[in-house]
Amino acid sequence: MSEARRRPIAGGAGGATEAARLTTLPREATSMGPIARLLEDERVLGFLLLVPTVVLLGLFIAYPFVKGVWLSLTSATVGNPGQFLGLSNYIKIWNDSIFQRAAYNTFVYTAIATVGKLTLGMWLALLLNRHFRGKRLVRASMLLPFIVPTVLSTFAWKWMFDPTFSVLNWTLYHFGFIQTRIGWLTDPAMALGSVIVVNIWRGMPFYAITLLAGLQTVNPELHEAAALDGATAWQRFWRITWPLLLPVTMVVTLFSVIQTFADFQLVYVLTGGGPANATHLFATYAYQIGINTGLLGEGAAVSLAMFPMLFIIVVIQLWYIRRVEGA
Amino acid sequence: MDAEGLNRRKFMTISGAAAAATVGLEGILAARQAPAHAQGTKLHLLRWNDFVPAADEVLLKQMPEASKALGAEVTLERINANDLQARITAAISSGSGPDIIHVLKNWPHLYEKSLVDVSDVAEATGKAQGGFYPAMTELCKVGSSWRAVPHAIVGGQIAYRKSLFEEVGAKEFPKTWQQYREVGTKLKAKGYPIGQTAGHTFGDAPVFWYSFMWAFGGKEVEKDGRTVALNSKETVESVKFAVGFWKDACDEGGLAWDDSNNNRAFLSGTISATINGASIYVESLRNKDKYKTEKGALMHTDILHAPNPAGPAGVFHLHAPFSHAVMGYSKNQKLAKDFLRWLHGKEQFEPWFVAQKGFSVGSTTDWEKHKMWDLDPVMLPYRTAARAFRLYGYAGPPGRAASEAESKYIITDMYAKAIQGMKPEDSVKWAESELKKIYT
Repeated sequence: MSEARRRPIAGGAGGATEAARLTTLPREATSMGPIARLLEDERVLGFLLLVPTVVLLGLFIAYPFVKGVWLSLTSATVGNPGQFLGLSNYIKIWNDSIFQRAAYNTFVYTAIATVGKLTLGMWLALLLNRHFRGKRLVRASMLLPFIVPTVLSTFAWKWMFDPTFSVLNWTLYHFGFIQTRIGWLTDPAMALGSVIVVNIWRGMPFYAITLLAGLQTVNPELHEAAALDGATAWQRFWRITWPLLLPVTMVVTLFSVIQTFADFQLVYVLTGGGPANATHLFATYAYQIGINTGLLGEGAAVSLAMFPMLFIIVVIQLWYIRRVEGA
Repeated sequence: MDAEGLNRRKFMTISGAAAAATVGLEGILAARQAPAHAQGTKLHLLRWNDFVPAADEVLLKQMPEASKALGAEVTLERINANDLQARITAAISSGSGPDIIHVLKNWPHLYEKSLVDVSDVAEATGKAQGGFYPAMTELCKVGSSWRAVPHAIVGGQIAYRKSLFEEVGAKEFPKTWQQYREVGTKLKAKGYPIGQTAGHTFGDAPVFWYSFMWAFGGKEVEKDGRTVALNSKETVESVKFAVGFWKDACDEGGLAWDDSNNNRAFLSGTISATINGASIYVESLRNKDKYKTEKGALMHTDILHAPNPAGPAGVFHLHAPFSHAVMGYSKNQKLAKDFLRWLHGKEQFEPWFVAQKGFSVGSTTDWEKHKMWDLDPVMLPYRTAARAFRLYGYAGPPGRAASEAESKYIITDMYAKAIQGMKPEDSVKWAESELKKIYT
């Protein structure tokens, strides 16, 4: 019970009533149940408030992760818990050419898509930060790729990339840019690029809207002062906007890298990992092994192979964010 | 005995339980009473969304009949075929889910330990209907026990445009792959190539490329199921032939086609032939006025079907087999088996089979003789399609290793890599090394 509540209030109108009320306070305190008294202890209360979060994290994050690690060390198949194998699954996938291809694809996919999303997202955010007629409408419509369910929008892209009926090919052909059809998803050299384009299209609004929010926190007076000092638009961006936006950019990039690295549905819908494994990512290959073949242990190993790589990326980014914030 | 005068316990003891336990469905029917299961017992059947909606409608109508016959509520859930394995994996891992699941391909081997022995149902069904095709027995019988009851086979045949083939001088469908390539070359020159996928797609890619490899004498493994036998003269020849066939006769955009691309291409008139279940023809019948040839004729009048051409080793087909499995976690295993006995019985299977119009054929040989085949001569090649049915993993058993090889698209990619420019010998070596990691 706080000191303020115990302190007697002297004098003033209604002093007698107040005094009577106060005399009851010690009795309230003594009548507190053991639970209430326990909750008065901040350490206990803090622990209890944390319990739901810890339980949720344990159930939905820690348990699946630990279970996944365990599965990857066993010969588990669907309906069969299997036996402990140690690192055999990891050794097997390490020598698997399809896994090697999937690992290469995942890095290329993540790197190019992240740079693409960041560049275009920043550009879009800078444009949308200006005042123009219909700004709200444009801002809202910009979110569409992000709002529409990925499977749905990816099917639309699949149609646009259709080897026979591609609207892109039709347009390019009718404007005289091409003479033969482009195999957007059928040509292995094109397929990964096409899939990356769809990822950039889908992920760019996330960058744009977050960076736009960051841009709006930048004090316009800084830009005005710089402009008066003769700074060019590029200098103002590089010397003012970019440094101030860097912490937000790093956080957005961190989330995006994690999501892109573990992407599944986009590739699954567009190519299923083909042609000839040209677009397989860790997630699609893990699904193929774990679900289609029923080799849960090996599938978990493919899936967890992402972990150390993601871990390193995340640690570097978090370290950098901390450094930037501390500067 | 007046049934109304019985209490529930007596009813269970005397009529239903006894009848069902001793003589199965025959007992149920003879007793003219629904067998008693615990009140509110439900049986959950999970199947794919059939490509022939009329057949699903037959099933939906049969569910209340089954409920009445079995004294339990039977429900049918349908999902996309591509999602079945994810559902099975989740159901087995959690130990709960549908009592009966529609299993495709060689899944009875994959999930063997989680499926109930249904030998009694399968053997009785096979015996009553002329015997299962050998491939269906191999797929559903794991060791000495049946882990699923074969239901039907979606046959794969080549759908082709009669008028286009005639225009290039082919009065009948080519008998050999060499003839097919020659005809296809002429067709491609006219702007109507053969359409075929070499992509990572569920049905058409393995259906075509496994059959192609077998026709040339190639095989994954020896009979022991362990010795990889892919890198042979026959396989290399088949890959070399495929490269030329693709360049000369095929639509080169097919490298990443899914199972619907060839349907769309065929129905829009951009390809002249493709391997397929009868879905192209069925769709052209369903929307007759929508699909027309370049001369304005109704497309369905210009479609014919033919089996694969012969290679040096013969004619083979990898079809799409469908079976029903009772899940090991089900609390209603007895009821589930009774239901399957009922569903696979001639009386119930027939309306479903007729509704399929040949898209799916029976898993037993008796259905080749059904009068349904007199209705549409275009569908006739499907009648005996299952006779040339060969399985993944040939010449070994269609077990988990065969499944892994198939789900990794190793055979399909062996051809796809060569088509993309890899030396045929190298693509075969690559596939061989991948198979060795799986089989040994």
